[in-house]
Amino acid sequence: VQPGKPSATSPRHWKSSDTSPTSPTRLVGVVGLEIHAQIQSNTKLFSGSKVGFSAPPNSLVSFFDASLPGTLPVLNRRCVEAAVMTALALNCTINKKSFFDRKHYFYADLPAGYQITQQRRAVAVDGQLAYSLLGGRKRNQIQSRTVRIKQIQLEQDSGKSLHDDQRSQTLIDLNRAGVGLMELVMEPDMSCGEQAAAAVRELQLVLQALGTCQGNMSEGQLRVDANVSVHRPGEELGVRTEVKNINSARFLSRAIDYEIQRQIEALGRGEAVLNETRTYDSKSGHTIPMRDKEGLQDYRFMPEPNLPPLVVYEDRGSVPAGLLGAEGVVVLEGLREGLPELPSVKRARLVRSYGLLPEHSFTLVNEDGLMEYFEAVVKETRKEPRKLIGWVTNELLGHLKHHNLSVSKCPVSPSALAELLELQEAGHISSTVAKQVLGEMWRDPGRRAPEVVREQDLGLVCDSSDLQRVCQRVLDSHPDLVRALQEGNKKVLNRLMGLVQKETKGRADPVLVRSLLEEKTS
Amino acid sequence: MLGIHQIYGRRRVQLNIILPLLCRYYYASRTDNMLSTNVKTLRKTRNTPSRPVTVARLYSSNKHNSKVPKVPTWEPLGEDRIPSLPQVSSDLVDKLERLALVDFRTKEGLVCLERAIRFADHLNMVDTTGVEPMDSVLEHGQLFLRGDTVTEGDCAEKLLPLSNTTVEEYFVAPPETFHFQGGRTESVHVKHSEF
Repeated sequence: VQPGKPSATSPRHWKSSDTSPTSPTRLVGVVGLEIHAQIQSNTKLFSGSKVGFSAPPNSLVSFFDASLPGTLPVLNRRCVEAAVMTALALNCTINKKSFFDRKHYFYADLPAGYQITQQRRAVAVDGQLAYSLLGGRKRNQIQSRTVRIKQIQLEQDSGKSLHDDQRSQTLIDLNRAGVGLMELVMEPDMSCGEQAAAAVRELQLVLQALGTCQGNMSEGQLRVDANVSVHRPGEELGVRTEVKNINSARFLSRAIDYEIQRQIEALGRGEAVLNETRTYDSKSGHTIPMRDKEGLQDYRFMPEPNLPPLVVYEDRGSVPAGLLGAEGVVVLEGLREGLPELPSVKRARLVRSYGLLPEHSFTLVNEDGLMEYFEAVVKETRKEPRKLIGWVTNELLGHLKHHNLSVSKCPVSPSALAELLELQEAGHISSTVAKQVLGEMWRDPGRRAPEVVREQDLGLVCDSSDLQRVCQRVLDSHPDLVRALQEGNKKVLNRLMGLVQKETKGRADPVLVRSLLEEKTS
Repeated sequence: MLGIHQIYGRRRVQLNIILPLLCRYYYASRTDNMLSTNVKTLRKTRNTPSRPVTVARLYSSNKHNSKVPKVPTWEPLGEDRIPSLPQVSSDLVDKLERLALVDFRTKEGLVCLERAIRFADHLNMVDTTGVEPMDSVLEHGQLFLRGDTVTEGDCAEKLLPLSNTTVEEYFVAPPETFHFQGGRTESVHVKHSEF
């Protein structure tokens, strides 16, 4: 363990020091996440005002949201359905009866002075989220893990406060006040930042597939707070700190790893870890303590007197007569049947239908829109999906990442890529050339592969006599290499092939070249 | 719950059966002799436009039967029977001031606090074994679920004038109110409170 502040820029460096054989006294991290997901609905949780972004300040605020006296909460059915669907997708037990409570604290963007939440009994408990990590040196080994979900509850969001330091005032915009949130509390089943980031990514995919939340961390639709502590395996859990202000999965990973390291070092120096809240500073990569010493907050929870318990029915048969037919009833049976295809099911389907490896389907589902792209290409080409996948997950994705584009902004359409790969499959161009052509097509969208090949005369040279001449020329000009090959050094063959390819500008059919060279030098 | 006037719309044959049942439903906690009094009262109102219940009948020959006891049926508790009050520490006063946003650290304030705690301690003498706590009188009611359509909002011009100060359609909160409560993070700059 190094003295001084841990460097925030190289998490892998810390991990490498952890590969020493496990001694019983080594400290490990324990990470639990608290996630607030903004429900995707037309209106807010308890009022009929619109849910929207980038609207003029305070224009999406009803009298209830502004907590004017005499207003009452009216629960939005869509929000209940969203919470229940999410709970079903995460294998939770739905509480048929759940209660609403008030959580009191003073803050300018909480106009009522309290937040309506579910503290006594949440709408769902005891679920789990299965996620995967791409591990191993080549990042192609799938490790499957699960994290338990303690509960999912409905609660209100608060408004937004903007600090104007110059004029020493705070501006409040209540557009976001009252929007429905699902709070997912996870058990501390994770031990490092990478696992947390993978779990969050999987949760994003699930929520997006269900349509209950768009899951965009940078826009605040998905907010993650991490509870981090360290302990020795087998002993009781250590003091935990809460890390907030994390805006992306990458920062989450870094913040957690930094905090684990910080705590380990503090304990190594003989200091105690304080139970505090820390904020993550993305510029420095450090977590910084947030509060002045205040002692624990007392929220004075009390039952919400204006809302009777929320009842969810198992099937239409258990709904009391008189309510059936009314809009205001949530029935589990219907929601269960209507659940869309979840990411894990999608991945299994891809592996089954296209014969892909699990890590390929993982990448396909992980990137927004990549699976649809892949399926479109498969439709238009005779090439086997297994051979195709490398082009999509390595070449195409590589280009996209390099130019920082999403799949929707890809300049090469699926049919254009299919065309290119048809050429390669039919033997008109080599794969090296194909990669080159792809680069051309990327730079100049709209140009099709056959055009480029024709223009730059990149077609494979299959003409035997032509190739023979080139091979002979190369062999003649490098007698030392020929001798080495004849003496048994097989690697030299690759060098010779490289030389031939250089002569032919990469257009020689590699299989043919190899056989010609072998023939001539035997 | 059906009102009596709705019952009157049905066949008369059933009235004799329904009325006593209804009376039992309304006055479930009363004793039987009161029940007979009330049934008589209701029968008299059969041909008049009805209201469910009236206690005092101005022109009735029956005596008005008030349910309010004439003398108190409870005894005041002696001070000694209430468990003794723990001392209110200075830290607790701090915490209460912060939670309630009220300054009461004067002598009168502390005395008032102690008396208030003492008054509330009377509740500890009530025997609640076997009684489920109640959240509200509406807790057995049906929670109405609203459809997800936009019906309100877009009234900034009505809301903003309610505040003393606004800046370009934002409400303004002075930074002194931001002593750090509730674990909020989106506001990155946190000012220390003056409390």
